[in-house]
Amino acid sequence: MMLLGLWKLTWIEIKIFLREPLGAFGTIGFPVLFFLLVGRAANRRLQAPAAASSSFMRVDLPVFASLLIAVSAVLSLVTIISIYREGGILKRLRATPLRPQTILIAHVIVKLMLTASTLALMVVAGKRYYPAGVHVPLFSFTIALLISTWSILSIGFLIASIVPTARFAQPIGAAILYPMFAVSGLFVPIQSLPPVLHAVTRVLPLTYAVPLLQGIWSGDAWSTHLGNVAALALVFVAYTALSAKVFRWE
Amino acid sequence: MLLRKKTACEKQRSSMCLKLPDSIILRTIVHSVIQVSGLRKTYGRTVAVEEVSFEVNDGEIFGLIGPNGAGKTTTMECIEGLRKPDRGTISVLGLDPFRQIYKLQHRIGVQLQEAQLQKRIKVWEAMDLWASLYQKKAVDADHLLEQLGLTDKREAWFMNLSGGQKQRLFIALALINDPELVFLDELTTGLDPQSRRAIWDLVCNIRDRGKTVFLTTHLMEEAERLCDRVAIIEHGRIIDIDSPERLVGRHCPERTVIVATDDPMAEERFRSIPGVDAVTSTDMRLMIRGRGEDLVTEVIRCLSENRMRVTDFRTILPNLEDVFLKLTGHSIRE
Ligand SMILES: Nc1ncnc2c1ncn2[C@@H]1O[C@H](COP(=O)(O)OP(=O)(O)OP(=O)(O)O)[C@@H](O)[C@H]1O
Ligand SMILES: [Mg+2]
Repeated sequence: MMLLGLWKLTWIEIKIFLREPLGAFGTIGFPVLFFLLVGRAANRRLQAPAAASSSFMRVDLPVFASLLIAVSAVLSLVTIISIYREGGILKRLRATPLRPQTILIAHVIVKLMLTASTLALMVVAGKRYYPAGVHVPLFSFTIALLISTWSILSIGFLIASIVPTARFAQPIGAAILYPMFAVSGLFVPIQSLPPVLHAVTRVLPLTYAVPLLQGIWSGDAWSTHLGNVAALALVFVAYTALSAKVFRWE
Repeated sequence: MLLRKKTACEKQRSSMCLKLPDSIILRTIVHSVIQVSGLRKTYGRTVAVEEVSFEVNDGEIFGLIGPNGAGKTTTMECIEGLRKPDRGTISVLGLDPFRQIYKLQHRIGVQLQEAQLQKRIKVWEAMDLWASLYQKKAVDADHLLEQLGLTDKREAWFMNLSGGQKQRLFIALALINDPELVFLDELTTGLDPQSRRAIWDLVCNIRDRGKTVFLTTHLMEEAERLCDRVAIIEHGRIIDIDSPERLVGRHCPERTVIVATDDPMAEERFRSIPGVDAVTSTDMRLMIRGRGEDLVTEVIRCLSENRMRVTDFRTILPNLEDVFLKLTGHSIRE
């Protein structure tokens, strides 16, 4: 009874998403294109074997691109939620036996499916520039990315709760989410950050998502990353609880 | 408990509605499906609803009328459980709308004043989604769309519907679970006269099938045609509640008859009719002002008894609009 209407709503939201060509391209196309362009540029400058062996190309770039997928999915969630709220769609849906959490879960499912299919597209498209040779456990990596996305989505809900109007949703969301990459440990080791930032990173999901994804991509066993998974879950619970307090339906 | 007589004459007011034969007089013990008492709701410093109490009876069309910002939507949405009142108690179908909202939502249908759906959702998808949400078996969605003139819009995206079509879709969605109680907030806003009539028919139909309708409107004509009882609300307070006829009878007993005649004695004769307050004449026309149900009859009797030659005869009867003007000191449109 709790999740009454979930599948029908999810299915309708998927169809609606695909009916909006620009939105679909923005969230799927951008990370894939980024991945391809960087790969191509790197291949030109480096010798192919060198490209394949550099740790950045081998591990960090795919992880970065995957997280870009996750973040753009979250960003599109923020935008959709704020548009739905502003237009009274959330309110209209709430005036039916649909539970509020069902409405949100439907969107989370859509975003997770979007993330998984963009990842698949990226893997297929990237074959040319990222020659095989590195054996990547794709299935595990997908799961790891979905866990990370799920966790980042909770920040998305929080942002969606605080943005005043739909017009600002995209820029405010981007201004909060993209800088997280700078302190994610991907480019600068977290240890070398100033103490204040170091403290901030503890509550950001990317801090745990990056080592998890790097590890799984390089073939680590899940057992070595239970701490990261637990931290991501904890972050999720904390932000979800917080946004449940401040979330506005209209 | 109230004894309420549903007679044919009560329904005759609305030519749109099915008229019951005179022989059918239903004497039913009426119980109320909505009880509101001492409702108060503020938004920051704005007091939207100050002190509202009323009951809606089973099987009636109840209208809440009042100017913009009077607190109609706020009152309705508190009853629907969508807003939390600051004070007061509300019971709907025996349930607390705020704490038992999920139970309640299966039994009611709701049309909100300002609503949107997903831009690119198709009409049939919305109907299909809504139909899947209720425990009770939904009514035939295609039939409902047909009744609302939306059959050829089945495949259209919500964003491509006209304002009136969107409105009709929302009414369809409110009716899809065949609810016991329907809430319609400004049901005919933005509709052309033809669709408006169709919707009035539909609403009468709902009532005639034994359901209860709670609506708000700006249109006095709509309230007069549809509502068994109306509550007039202004500045968050209910000024009066009754059937439209009784409200008119109580607050605006004045009647005016205009007669065009060349009879030189006319003015004098009209003045002697009981209940006449004033007779004024312009050109050949005499304007007879008075009060009471019998004024028109008395004027006609006077005309025929004196065999007066009449070239024009008109009556001006007050309506809800006048009641509103009288009670609030301004027109509803101001
Ligand atoms: N969400 C809100 N936040 C702040 N003030 C509100 C809100 N909703 C309504 N109000 C205020 O409460 C008062 C009553 O509003 P309400 O919408 O109930 O009026 P209404 O009778 O439905 O008017 P209308 O005929 O225009 O629909 C208005 O002064 C309005 O400005
Ligand atoms: Mg209103």
